[in-house]
Amino acid sequence: MIKMFRAVAALILLPGTALAEIGISVTYLQQQVARPPVLSNLDPIPDDLGSAGAKLALEDNLTTAKFLGHDYTLTVTTVSDGEDWITAARKALSDSPFLILDAPASAQLQVADLAEADGAVLFNASSPELSIREQDCRPNLLHTLPSGLMRTDALAQFLVKRRWQDLVLISGNHPQDQAFADALKRSLQKFRLDLMAEKTWVFDADLRRNAAQEVPLFTQEFGDYDVLLLADELDDFGRYVEFNTWKARPVAGSDGLKPVTWSRVVEQWGAAQMQNRFFEQSGRTMMSKDYAAWAAYRTLGEAVTRTQSDDPAVLRDYILSDEFELAGFKGRAMNFRFWNGQLRQPIPLVTDRAVVAMAPLEGFLHQRTELDTLGIDEAESQCQAFKE
Amino acid sequence: MRLATLLASAALCVPAAADEMWISNEKDDTLSVIDIETLEVIRTIETGERPRGITFSKDFSVLYICASDSDSVQVMDPETGEILHDLPSGEDPEQFVLHPNDRHLYIANEDDAITTVVDTETRTVIAQIDVGIEPEGMAVSPDGKIAITTSETTNMAHWIDTETQELFANTLVDSRPRHAEFLKDGTELWVSSEIGGTITVFDVETQTEKAKIEFEVEGVHPDRVQPVGFELSNEDKTAFVALGPSNHVAAVNPDTYEVEDYILVGRRVWHMDFNADKTLLFTTNGVSGDVTVIDVAKREPIKTIKVGRFPWGAAFRPTN
Repeated sequence: MIKMFRAVAALILLPGTALAEIGISVTYLQQQVARPPVLSNLDPIPDDLGSAGAKLALEDNLTTAKFLGHDYTLTVTTVSDGEDWITAARKALSDSPFLILDAPASAQLQVADLAEADGAVLFNASSPELSIREQDCRPNLLHTLPSGLMRTDALAQFLVKRRWQDLVLISGNHPQDQAFADALKRSLQKFRLDLMAEKTWVFDADLRRNAAQEVPLFTQEFGDYDVLLLADELDDFGRYVEFNTWKARPVAGSDGLKPVTWSRVVEQWGAAQMQNRFFEQSGRTMMSKDYAAWAAYRTLGEAVTRTQSDDPAVLRDYILSDEFELAGFKGRAMNFRFWNGQLRQPIPLVTDRAVVAMAPLEGFLHQRTELDTLGIDEAESQCQAFKE
Repeated sequence: MRLATLLASAALCVPAAADEMWISNEKDDTLSVIDIETLEVIRTIETGERPRGITFSKDFSVLYICASDSDSVQVMDPETGEILHDLPSGEDPEQFVLHPNDRHLYIANEDDAITTVVDTETRTVIAQIDVGIEPEGMAVSPDGKIAITTSETTNMAHWIDTETQELFANTLVDSRPRHAEFLKDGTELWVSSEIGGTITVFDVETQTEKAKIEFEVEGVHPDRVQPVGFELSNEDKTAFVALGPSNHVAAVNPDTYEVEDYILVGRRVWHMDFNADKTLLFTTNGVSGDVTVIDVAKREPIKTIKVGRFPWGAAFRPTN
C-alpha cells in the first residue's frame, strides 16, 4: 500500500519566506435572537457563544500560517433586533466571501440567496434544522453543526445497543422542541424502537418549588417503559425531570443522557488540549456552538493550507472532495457529505460529568463510512443543489 | 504449554539477571516495571501527574519522565524509584527525545506550541522554539544535527538545526502527526499521521517527501486505522507501527514501504519498545490498560500483561 511521491505533495518552506500572498478574512455574522424565558437561570448563555470557537480556530490557523506566509483575520458582527440583517450581510460579503453564520435557518437562507453570495463559502454553525440541509439546501451553504437528526440517530443507536426498546417522550412547545421531537421520532422509527406514549409540557408553575410534586404525577400515566426522552432544546423544564419520574427510569435527549456536538467532558483523542486552549482563551468551557464555529474556520484553514489558494471555488471543491480531512478531536477524520454539505462527525453521548458513549456505536455499519449511519444518507437526501 | 515455551525462549534471549521494561501509566500517575524474564510487573512507582513520554539516559542511570499535568520533566533514580529533581520543562511536556550528546533534552510542550531544549546537567532551559499547535512527536538525527518536532494541529514536521536551535524547514504531513523517527543512518525521516492514517517518508537531505505508507486492516474501517508510535527492529529490517484503535501493530518493510503483517494487540495501542536483542516487542495499549508482548521473529503476540490505567510510553532498561 504505497502511494509514491506525487508531484503535488511536499511543500518545503523556509521560515520567514512568504510563498504566495494569501490572506483570508472571515466574518462571524450573528443575528441576535431573544431567548424565551426559562425556569432556571443557573446556566446563562455566554455572550460569545459560537464566536469564541471561531476565535480559537483563528489562533489555530494563524499558527500554521506563520510557517506558510499566510494570514487570517476574523471580524465578529452582531446584528441586534432593530438592525437590518440583510444590510449587514451585504456589507460582510463585500469584505470577504467567507462567512460563519450564527442565525436561524430562515435568516441564513436570506444570506445564501443574495446575489453577492453567489460563489461565496458560507458555514452554518448554529442551526440544527433539517430543511436547510434538505429541500432548502444551498450550494454555497455548508453545515458544521450536526443536524438534530444526527444527534437523535446517535441516541437511538445507544438505546438499541442497550436494548432499551420502549420509550416515552415529553416535548416542550417551542418550535425547536418540536423539531427535536420530530427528529427523535424519525430516529426511533429508523432504528425500530417503540414510542409508547408522548406528552407535551404545558405547566406554567415554577418547578424549583414543585418538581417533586408535579413530575411524578405527570409521568405516572406513562405506565412502564425503559427510558423517558425529553425534547427541551431551550433548556427550560428538562433539568427538573430526572429523579422525579414516577418509575425509576433514566432520562435522555435534551437532558440526562444527551447527544451533543461537543461538551467539556470530551477529553480523549487530543481533546483535552483543545479544551485547555479554549478555556485559557475564553475563561469558560467549550460548548457545541463554539465547536461548530471552530470547525468552520478550521475547515477553511485546512483547505487553504492544502490548496495554497484563497479562491472560494477552489476551496469549496477541495472541502467537498475525498482529499479533505479535518482532525476534529472526536477520534476520526471528519469530512463533508458531498450531497448536502454536512460535516460528518462522531456524536458524543454525555452526561454533565462524563462521556457515556461515542456514536456511531460499534456494530452500526455502513458501506461508505459508519459516520453515515447518523443523519440523512445520500439515497434519502432531497438536496439537489450539490448535484450541479 | 504455551507459557513454558515462552519462558524457555525468553530465558534464551536474556542474560541471567532480568532486564526490565518500564511503562508509564497516563491516568494512574505511576510507572509499571515489567521483568522481561517472567513477563510480570515487579514494581509500581509513583510519578508526577499524567506521565507520558519516558526515556533513560544513555547509561541508564536516570529516567526522564514527562509529567504532563505537573508541568515538569522528572528525573528518577531507577534503582530506588526516587525523584532526584525536576527539570524546567515548559508547560505540559508530552514527549521528548534525548540528544546523542546525552545532555540536551528536546521537549514538546503540547499546550504551548513550543519546543523546549533543556540542558540536563545545568538544569537550565537553553532554547525555546516556536512550533505549530500541539507539538508531540520528537526525534533527533543520529549525528545529532537535526531535531524534529511534529505538531498535531498544524500538521507539520518542524526541522530544527541543533547548532542554532532554529527552524530551517517546515513540511506539511497528513492530519495529526504523532511520532517521528530517523531511519537508515539518518537519511530518511518517517512521520506517522494518526488521523491521516499514513506514514510520510522524507528524504532528509532535501526535506522532500519520497513515499507515503498506507495501512489497511481487514475488517477494520480505515477511519480507525490510526498510526501513532513506531520502532525499528535490528538493522532497520522491520518497522513496527502501532495503529491505535484498530488494535493492531503493522510490520512494515522499510525498503519497499510495504506492510508485511498485521499483529493483533490490545485496545488503542500507543507506543512500544524492544528488549535487549530486539527479539521481543512490548506495546502499550491505552484503552485496555495492558501491554502486549510480541515475538518479533514470529510476529505473534505471546502474552498480555496488565499494567496501570492508560499505559502510554515504554522504555527498556538493561540491568547488567
